[in-house]
Amino acid sequence: MSGSTVKPKGPVAAALTVNAFLVYAFFFLPIVILAVFSFSDDRLVGRWGGFTTSWYGEFWNDTELTSSLWVSLRVAAVSTVISVVLGTMAALGLERFRWKSQRFFDSVLYLPIIIPDVTMAVMMLLFFTWGIDLTNEAFGTNFAKGFATITLSHIAFSISFVSVVVRARLAGMSLELEEAARDLYASRWKAFRHVTFPQIVPGIAGGALLALTLSLDDVVITQFVAGPGGTTLPVRVFSLIRKGVTPVINAVSVVMLVASLLLVALSVAVQRLRGGSITG
Amino acid sequence: MNGVAPPPAVEASPETERAALRADAWRGFLLAAPAYVYLMVFFVVPLGIVTMYSFATRNRQGGTDLQGWNLDSYARLDEPIVRTILFRSLWLAVVTTVICLVIAYPFAYFIATRRPAVRNVMLVFVMIPFWTNFLVRNYAWRVILENDGIWNDAVDATGTDTLVDWLLGLPHWIQWAIPNWIEHLPSPLFSEVGIVLGLVYGFLPFMILPLYAAIERIDLSLIEASRDLYASGRQTLRRVLIPLSMPGIVAGSILVFVPSLGAYVTPQILGGDKETLLGSYIVVQFLTARNWPFGAALSVVLVAVMLLATRIHFRSGGRAL
Repeated sequence: MSGSTVKPKGPVAAALTVNAFLVYAFFFLPIVILAVFSFSDDRLVGRWGGFTTSWYGEFWNDTELTSSLWVSLRVAAVSTVISVVLGTMAALGLERFRWKSQRFFDSVLYLPIIIPDVTMAVMMLLFFTWGIDLTNEAFGTNFAKGFATITLSHIAFSISFVSVVVRARLAGMSLELEEAARDLYASRWKAFRHVTFPQIVPGIAGGALLALTLSLDDVVITQFVAGPGGTTLPVRVFSLIRKGVTPVINAVSVVMLVASLLLVALSVAVQRLRGGSITG
Repeated sequence: MNGVAPPPAVEASPETERAALRADAWRGFLLAAPAYVYLMVFFVVPLGIVTMYSFATRNRQGGTDLQGWNLDSYARLDEPIVRTILFRSLWLAVVTTVICLVIAYPFAYFIATRRPAVRNVMLVFVMIPFWTNFLVRNYAWRVILENDGIWNDAVDATGTDTLVDWLLGLPHWIQWAIPNWIEHLPSPLFSEVGIVLGLVYGFLPFMILPLYAAIERIDLSLIEASRDLYASGRQTLRRVLIPLSMPGIVAGSILVFVPSLGAYVTPQILGGDKETLLGSYIVVQFLTARNWPFGAALSVVLVAVMLLATRIHFRSGGRAL
């Protein structure tokens, strides 16, 4: 594909190379600067005042921050498991079978991917405000916004991403092995269990990592459905930033950054496993 | 027990075939059903509720009366202040999209023309910002742009502020050639320059990846053919490369434009109080102004823009985003 003659030469090539370097610098310098300043012993977030790790200690001793970290992790774990199961089943149902109203479901499935955060946040706010009032009135219960509403909202946007990733994997897979298994009298379930499933595992893992990342990253939607009881780390950090930046926020940000990097590393490993192109 | 016994022979007939198809359709539906039901309850119904609220009335206590349905909230879109906010958001989203496109296109082409090994490494380093927490990445710019921060130091060291002052002090007859935004360059924080910087930084990977995917799919020998037939580099770009990569251009533009239009986090962290944008304006309607019907109407407008954008995408021959 990439014959050397299509590579531009001369000044164009130089410009392209410079542009590429600048893009990478643009991507990574701010992250590196943030990481460096999280170790700076100065009350101002952007000034160097000698090396310290005290901001990390302050983060760890701040019960509000650590408790919201636990909420984040629990929400991410639960919403990932549920959305992976539902999303994978939906991917199989859409990719391997033909049924009525399939196209409608297909377009519904795409909406959470492209809908702006703010709109989805508003939708979930109104829905839960309504739903909780109705339920509490009808059954005399005492539900409030919190862990459950956050998790339910995260599942609502993660299902779509999981099913897109798994479907891409299913679409790139040949049907021959599955048909061979069926020809050899394997039941549908056995063919799935022993032939299809092992092949789509990398897709499922990729979808799970994406769901995990999306859940750990979300600010806007969570902010709208969180209750007084508990909220996630990004929402807590976001409200802190709006009150005024402090070096502790630098430290928390770097912790979240490292978590993101670990997830990238995992997803690259998964894609290696898959042996496909990096963009899937 | 092992399920190896052949099933009893069944004579094939149109009926058995149709029954098999029906059974298959059922299986597909049942597999998708949990996600289908979930999204109907937790996505489609909420979307319906928002639409319903946009036709409702706000009462004096700041609550919402779900009766006396009207179009008042939509009529407010024509108020001068609302129009200003809508146009400003639209303009910043367009500027962000164009800047991303201009930076990302040559970058994606550069990656697509490398050796596969180099290409994969380069892509991993695009995936890192793509996967990294958006809030954290915007916050990093806040640290850089804060007063007495690195940006200030760099501006002082390079004399950028003197240059900007000089440009703004030029005689009147040449001022038209100097864009207004450069006055914010020495300290972009809490200005529109800061917002666009944060948006470009946040959404650039969303432009690069679809562009790369589109350019990588192009048979690059077409470019050689064009050059062999004495087309200039510029002609080849305009007549061959850009038309062939159009699906990527459209997909990337939508993936940058739609979230930029509804951006909330970036303007809150890097923007000022003076220039309200659509995203923040919607949030204000719900959390402080307590005008839910109007906030709902603004959200419906955002959904409409999104649906329009995806329609353009599929019209232009795009596949899944």
